[in-house]
Amino acid sequence: MSLLNLSVKELADKLKSKEISSVELTTAYIESSNKADELNIYITKTFDLAMEQAKQSDTRRNKGEPLSDIDGIPLGIKDIFLTKGVKTTNASAFLKDFIAPYESTITQNLLNAGMVSLGKLNLDEFAMGSANLTSHFGPVINPWKLEDGKNRVPGGSSGGSSAAVAARAVPVALGTDTGGSIRQPASFCGLVGMKPTYGTCSRFGTIAFASSLDQAGVLSRNVVDNAMVLNHMAGYDEKDSSMIKFNKQDFLSKIGQSIKGVKIGLPKEYFSDQLSAEIKDYWTKIANALKEEGAEIIDISLPHTQYALAVYYMVAPSEAYSNLARFDGIRYGSRAEAKDLEDTYKQSRKQGWGEEVKRRILIGNYNLLTENFDKYVKAAKIRKLIANDFIDAFKKVDVILTPTTTSPAFAIDEQPSNPLEMYYNDLFTVTANLAGLPAISIPVGLSNNGLPIGMQLIGNYFKESDLYAYSYILEQKAQFSELSSFVKKHNLN
Amino acid sequence: MTNLIEGKTGLWEVVIGLEVHAQIISESKLFSSSSTLFGSEPNTNVSFIDAGLPGVLPRPNKFCIEQAIKTGLALDGEINLVSYFDRKHYFYPDLPFGYQITQFYKPIMEHGKMLIELEDGTTKLIGITRLHVEQDAGKLLHEHHPNKSFVDLNRAGVGLMEIVSEPDIRSKLEAATYVNNLRVLLRSIGTCDGNMEEGSMRCDINISVRKPDEDYRTRVEVKNVNSIKFLQQAIDFEVEQQIATWENGGEVVQETKLFDPSSGKTFSLRKKEDSGGYRYVRDPDILPLMLDKSYVDEIREALPELPQDKKARFINDYSLSAYEATILTENVETSDFFEKSLSNAYGDIRNPKLVANWITTNLFALLNNSGLKISESKISPQQLGEMIDLIEEEVISSKIAKEVFDIMWSDDKFFGISPLEIVEVKGLKQITDTTEIAALVDKLCNENADKIEQIKAGKDKLLGWFVGQIMKETGGKANPEVVNSLLNKKISS
Repeated sequence: MSLLNLSVKELADKLKSKEISSVELTTAYIESSNKADELNIYITKTFDLAMEQAKQSDTRRNKGEPLSDIDGIPLGIKDIFLTKGVKTTNASAFLKDFIAPYESTITQNLLNAGMVSLGKLNLDEFAMGSANLTSHFGPVINPWKLEDGKNRVPGGSSGGSSAAVAARAVPVALGTDTGGSIRQPASFCGLVGMKPTYGTCSRFGTIAFASSLDQAGVLSRNVVDNAMVLNHMAGYDEKDSSMIKFNKQDFLSKIGQSIKGVKIGLPKEYFSDQLSAEIKDYWTKIANALKEEGAEIIDISLPHTQYALAVYYMVAPSEAYSNLARFDGIRYGSRAEAKDLEDTYKQSRKQGWGEEVKRRILIGNYNLLTENFDKYVKAAKIRKLIANDFIDAFKKVDVILTPTTTSPAFAIDEQPSNPLEMYYNDLFTVTANLAGLPAISIPVGLSNNGLPIGMQLIGNYFKESDLYAYSYILEQKAQFSELSSFVKKHNLN
Repeated sequence: MTNLIEGKTGLWEVVIGLEVHAQIISESKLFSSSSTLFGSEPNTNVSFIDAGLPGVLPRPNKFCIEQAIKTGLALDGEINLVSYFDRKHYFYPDLPFGYQITQFYKPIMEHGKMLIELEDGTTKLIGITRLHVEQDAGKLLHEHHPNKSFVDLNRAGVGLMEIVSEPDIRSKLEAATYVNNLRVLLRSIGTCDGNMEEGSMRCDINISVRKPDEDYRTRVEVKNVNSIKFLQQAIDFEVEQQIATWENGGEVVQETKLFDPSSGKTFSLRKKEDSGGYRYVRDPDILPLMLDKSYVDEIREALPELPQDKKARFINDYSLSAYEATILTENVETSDFFEKSLSNAYGDIRNPKLVANWITTNLFALLNNSGLKISESKISPQQLGEMIDLIEEEVISSKIAKEVFDIMWSDDKFFGISPLEIVEVKGLKQITDTTEIAALVDKLCNENADKIEQIKAGKDKLLGWFVGQIMKETGGKANPEVVNSLLNKKISS
């Protein structure tokens, strides 16, 4: 049986029993990564470094001193995390040659756990996009291909991460989620994608898009793999002063518990016009399946949901406008040839960024004009109302079940010409970011034409352990075991 | 009293508000642990945070916040238990993030006040609108290359307090007194060293003129004035210019100016500042600054006696003049020296006028000549006090005291030696023994009988010659009162 077929949990067991070595495992994934070149998932491969790390891991294992249960397991890193001595581009021309001088807290935590880094994965430029079409290094191709032969989007912004896991180029990958950037690509690629509670993972060393929404998380093949890796990422970091000192949870601790008596809310506002019929059917089907397991299904209302996208596009671009002000071409990144200082700013920023990033900077710039500032303040207030909707809902239910997206992955040549339509991709996912809640997408089946569909569970603050436990039951009930066409084509099973 | 200025068209009133930027005394910067040491090699006190690298996050420095609270309390202001940090955006190479972290919407302190003394001996309260905490910028160095500028980020991120006054100031003298009082206050509580020449205290002047009793007219802002002398020169120049503009039928336009010390003139930097241009927005990386009332109260209770209270006490308790009290409370070292010199080992209080006089004249002269600070004085307060005792007890005359004082200061053999011992060793004790002096007087009178006759005939001036001769004979040690009374007796006999 191919090593590529094994889950992180199974790999961990085999590494522990020394049935396999990290070098063997890493070699296998380097091979499969190279096969995936046509999907354009990597921006920077660090295979030499990976082999070095794998050897060190094996040495530790042989001495009986593994750093953790996942010591020696390969990892793909979204190229938004700074990795010391390695190019960190954020999929942008601006940072195409930027070598990070320090390591992000998240990647450091995983290096400390002994994980082996295969390289830096493609994404939407500066994490702005829902289809991985805005990368300076070109679009990422979804490993799920239909008979129509069209290339489909892997979702975004963590599109390199979702495609890499779905193509078995990596066993597990890191993503970041500002408005759905982990859950939506997970859903588009048939994966489990978790965005934990805001403040679970340190933001230090992750290039900011919208600081009050950004949160790192994991894209994996299954629920247990996801929890295993998040266990080593999460934790208080004094370098991120927006974190709350919180007792560390073991995200695996509740997996296997029954869902009997658990109250699951279905928010009526998510039965939206945009939602495709087949996804609606899956939603009902999954709710019923969980009911069979003893869960109680309760209709709830999140009355301010209709404002979520508008609020998101007030908050996220405004913070992005501000966060991106430091990219001026003076200290690092690309500096354009220019005639004077002002021209240096203008040209560097003009040449350094693609259209979507510029669009969002302009939106944010506009939002923060003095004459629009009352609207920005209003958006901040509505954001609180949206969060309060959830707080009220969690007085009645333990978890909320919704679809992750309104439709499955679309073809690259079918992308909406109006950017606003593209923004509707985030319809079901932005609410968890605005409220700071943990949310996870779990694959539940295929659409009529054969593309993966995901369901989202939204939990209460810092209830990741419960969320993983419910997700595990959902996973068991859905029995999603389809492989992407890419995996089948290349016999990666 | 009035400060009105006579113009061609009548009287004008000057209206001034000051914004003082005071660098917070703290070992590390406001949002990083880099050193704040002045005068270091360029770019040696710069961390990844200070340089605004991608992914870095600011971490508020608790000590800087404490210093700001302390200052706010010393200015008799209200401390806001909840305040926020905002981002003020503009591009300049000395501003690594493309924004300055400041407190725009809600500062840490509001409604403070500062008492200033006017020329006529009365006092006036100047309102302080707000004190907020913000980051300093770096510096551009233009002198190293004919057509390139260099950036030094050592100062970038150092904590500043911006102290904004109400437009309550009506003359350059009031402005100068206000800034001086502020500097004395900040130094006394140890929150800013007030070194204007090093730039650790800088001043922006908002200035306009108007006819008495009319509304405010357009103001001009003169930025970055770094001495009290320049402050007054800039005001002089602006007032003259603005009055001339109005009186010649023109209109003063709102603009930002710079003061040029070499010409004593201000010149325009930019017209009409639009604060909307700064796109102020709450910093999403920093949680609201929440203070416990008990914490603020603790800081309030630990405040030392403030210069103005001390000054009032010196005037009331020690009957010092306002002038003496002002000089002696200029800094804590001086007031401490004074109070230590004042009380003897048993806690009794010496003659305050005499002590004050010796410090402000003789000691200051010696300190000035040698370029030493009072904390480096070669004469201790104890020595000065004991010397005052010798004068009061008539062991030495004031004239001999001066000699003793010089010995204590400049003769290393007597460094730290008690003045009594010096007097004894040097044989400087005043002769108060009447018989000893009487013998000298008798002898002198006998030898100069002709002069006695002349005095008797009305040539009073010759009396001084006799006193001088006795003093010469005794090396200045004869008690002058005794000499005078004996001489008078002799002449009138």
